[in-house]
Amino acid sequence: MSAATLVVRDVTKVFDLGAVQVHALRGVTLQITQGEFVAIMGTSGSGKSTLMNILGCLDLPSDGDYLLEGVAVAELGRNALASIRNEKIGFVFQGFNLLARTTALENVELPMLYDRRHRILDPAAAAEAALVRVGLGDRLDHVPNQLSGGQQQRVAIARALVTQPAIILADEPTGNLDSHTTLEVLSVFQQLNREGMTIVIVTHESEVARYCSRIIELRDGRVQRDAVVPSPRLATADLAAIQQEAVL
Amino acid sequence: MKWRKLIQVALKSIARNKMRTLLTMLGIIIGVGSVITMVALGEGSSRDIEGQVASLGTNLLMIRSGSAHVGGARGGAGTLESLSMTDVAQLRDASTLLQGVSPEVRVSSQVIAGGNNWNTSITGVSPEYFMIRNYQVETGDSFGEREIRTRAKVALLGKTVAKELFPGVDPIGAAIRIRNVPFKVIGVLVSKGPSAFGTDQDDLILAPSTTVLYRLSDGKTVRSIVASAVSPESMESAKKEIGAILRDAHRISADEIDDFHINDQTEINQMATRVTGTLTLLLSAIAAVSLLVGGIGIMNIMLVSVTERTREIGIRLAIGARPLDILAQFLVEAAILSLLGGVIGIVGGLGTAWGLGALIGISIVVNPTVIIVAVLFTGAVGIFFGFYPARKAANLNPIDALRYE
Repeated sequence: MSAATLVVRDVTKVFDLGAVQVHALRGVTLQITQGEFVAIMGTSGSGKSTLMNILGCLDLPSDGDYLLEGVAVAELGRNALASIRNEKIGFVFQGFNLLARTTALENVELPMLYDRRHRILDPAAAAEAALVRVGLGDRLDHVPNQLSGGQQQRVAIARALVTQPAIILADEPTGNLDSHTTLEVLSVFQQLNREGMTIVIVTHESEVARYCSRIIELRDGRVQRDAVVPSPRLATADLAAIQQEAVL
Repeated sequence: MKWRKLIQVALKSIARNKMRTLLTMLGIIIGVGSVITMVALGEGSSRDIEGQVASLGTNLLMIRSGSAHVGGARGGAGTLESLSMTDVAQLRDASTLLQGVSPEVRVSSQVIAGGNNWNTSITGVSPEYFMIRNYQVETGDSFGEREIRTRAKVALLGKTVAKELFPGVDPIGAAIRIRNVPFKVIGVLVSKGPSAFGTDQDDLILAPSTTVLYRLSDGKTVRSIVASAVSPESMESAKKEIGAILRDAHRISADEIDDFHINDQTEINQMATRVTGTLTLLLSAIAAVSLLVGGIGIMNIMLVSVTERTREIGIRLAIGARPLDILAQFLVEAAILSLLGGVIGIVGGLGTAWGLGALIGISIVVNPTVIIVAVLFTGAVGIFFGFYPARKAANLNPIDALRYE
């Protein structure tokens, strides 16, 4: 097995805005292998959000191929795409996007509500296990506005991983967080990655990208740079260092 | 997505905006409530009317003397004294569609009982009369063929007469005098209350036809004959049969005018049906308009809800909800909203009907069919008016929905 979880080949995306055509992606080719921790970087307008939407099966490419675990996504209909999103992809958003006035546990149970194949027999138990994994085992019944930003994002990560997806896609997951909680969230990602989870983070902060094992940089809809990070920083270590400083 | 979960989610979202939910449901509540109220009262009052019509008699046919015409001048109804006891006997013998025939020999007179007196009408009838006109004996006994034969001086009093002549005393066995003829009271009739036309149906005395005819009246005038057809369906043919028998008895040829009239209750029934028909039409119009307005209210609030929850829809779509799941979620919510309004409307409507009925003295009828139809209809209204907003939600693009502020 080539172990390529995700294959993108010559993908283009054109938005037809009537008078003008916007070429958001002009032929992107990349592969992401099982167990990688990738940062997709780029300035605004570089096409990273568009790529993210395509990788997340929220949008389809105008041209080119996209294979997710061997499935050609471009040929699927709306319902099949919904099933793919449900089973193979875990989303983490910048704005957390949790359901308000809904407990952490219920938020994490949400994806299993739409699981038509009932792969997970006990949603409540699975949701609890996922929350324990992100270190929120004692916050199950808290609603989002009782949680800090970092905690909310960890609930969102728990929601993303509860269905045991092939890949977690995080769109600016630390965009709304201070540096301390950013490290907190990144340490959760690194932990999950060590456990074998494939993670793709879209970010414009090079600070954040330094914690990933590979950086793909987009510019004007093309891959400008695709490089392995020789020695990624360890979020837990940096977190400990900050705490040390605070004590001193 | 499981139904139980769908309903849970919908209830939660409805409970979140209690005031808004209540205001939204108000249209449906008022619509269903007013319909339920009016149906309950309408059916109650039409049952009251039916009861009053029935109290006139069972499949009642009334035969009256015709009008006299001397030269060109015609008298009013009953001016011709054409009916007689012979006709009664003829009808009883020859008819096949009548289950009872009775003369009505009526005199109006002062009635004296001890120190009390009262002016009322004394009607001479045959024993079948009680069945024909739905009179029941409350205390004491009725009379039979023997009393007819012997022209027995016995009388049954209506409730009003009994009260006026014997206040606080049991009249059974007491003596009364009518035109100086002493009668023995043998029974008191069950009260029938006022008729549909407001006349007191309890202000009367019933006595054997022969007694009244020969001892109180002139011995020949029978103003009217009442008969009861065997069934409501046979009334028309019974009417024809009576006509044929009487024409034969009176020797009236085919080209001559009848010297009698036959009336039945169809006109009263027709009137009642017409009133009920108008009422039903009015009710349907009110129901349609108010449910339309209520439905538009639901559609409006569902559109607001979809806009408010665009982000939530985006999240649900992103994590794998199919458009159909979103559609179902909002449809269920709209249907529950509408159904809840319907149920509150039904309860409120029945309460109002009960209160109003007690206030204006109409009995109410709770018709389970109407309630079931109301429930089904409100559910349908919710689904119908919820469909457009739900489809709007289901067709949202997840990317735009997620970015919606």
